[in-house]
Amino acid sequence: MKSTFLKKLTAATALFILCLAPAFAQDVKVIKYKELEQLRNAPHDTLYVVNFWATWCKPCIKEMPYFEALTEQYKNQPVRVVLVSMDAAEDLNTRVKPFVKKRSLKSDVMLLDEVDANTWIDKLEPKWSGAIPATMVFNNKRKQYEFVEKELSQQELQNLITKYKPK
Amino acid sequence: MRKPKLPFVYIMCLLFVGVLLAAAPADSGYEVGDTARDFKLKNVDGKMVSMADYKDAKGFIVTFTCNTCPYSVAYEDRLIDLHNKYAPKGYPVVAINPNDVSVSPKDSYTHMQKRAKEKSFPFAYLYDETQEITKAYGATRTPHLYIVQKQKDGKYKVAYIGTIDDNSRDASKVEKKYAEAALDELVANKAVSQPNTKAIGCTIKWREA
Repeated sequence: MKSTFLKKLTAATALFILCLAPAFAQDVKVIKYKELEQLRNAPHDTLYVVNFWATWCKPCIKEMPYFEALTEQYKNQPVRVVLVSMDAAEDLNTRVKPFVKKRSLKSDVMLLDEVDANTWIDKLEPKWSGAIPATMVFNNKRKQYEFVEKELSQQELQNLITKYKPK
Repeated sequence: MRKPKLPFVYIMCLLFVGVLLAAAPADSGYEVGDTARDFKLKNVDGKMVSMADYKDAKGFIVTFTCNTCPYSVAYEDRLIDLHNKYAPKGYPVVAINPNDVSVSPKDSYTHMQKRAKEKSFPFAYLYDETQEITKAYGATRTPHLYIVQKQKDGKYKVAYIGTIDDNSRDASKVEKKYAEAALDELVANKAVSQPNTKAIGCTIKWREA
């Protein structure tokens, strides 16, 4: 009897904590193209790893843990992972934020609030056809840049970072 | 002694050109102005379909799309409308599912049949099982439109590559109907003023080697 009660109590406590957890999860910044462009032009000697994804994109979700691992692996180094969601702004509270909370994402998450991709894709990267996932890594200080329009394996992503990471 | 050298140079030149042609990236696909190849793919009704089967067509809205991509689903009704509006003007929609079934099981032929029935697709919905046509066209995402215009010599000239409109999420908020604008120009025998557009879409699920 006692142990069942304890189990129930533990479960209830866990549920309670889970309910509170969202209050501590990180926020999702909603940006316009101009801010994405500013990010792309960031002058720092930092390796930016910008991944374009969406909650509805299966291959994006498959590769996401690899990006999260980078954030952890390089947390004290000049490497910054930014996950830019292509979800609609209407889905911010119903889909994107719950997704970020559920996965306890540690990387920076932004939502690009632009309806017509035709107005900005070519400005950002003419080689990009618009398929996601897509990833760009750059260090503007060192004039380094690479764009990949495909799902990355953990090894492929790691190779990209090793290639460009400031030593 | 000098004479034999000339054929040798020729052969080397031919070889060089041959290597160049062979090395031309086969997966880069079509650009506007290129001639698109015809295909013979299985429709959801079990019949094989080619562009050549449509004797009266002036062109086609070849659309790479699928069952599973939320963007494709969001555009299903608009694709139906596009077909109903432009098939009578000579430009029917031909939808092609490019996704590999082992990577995306819900894009199987059976699921295509099911979806086509549910939505009563008025257009052909074909399965590019080998992905050969998808690669030839250079489609990378779903949905991805190639509007081709039949030429006097029977060839299919690519006139437009891109998206349907500027708002995948909400059809009621569309401001720019890119594909319709291109089709209106083609129907009026005018040059397409905006022949390339882009949109965010789902990556095509390529067969894993």
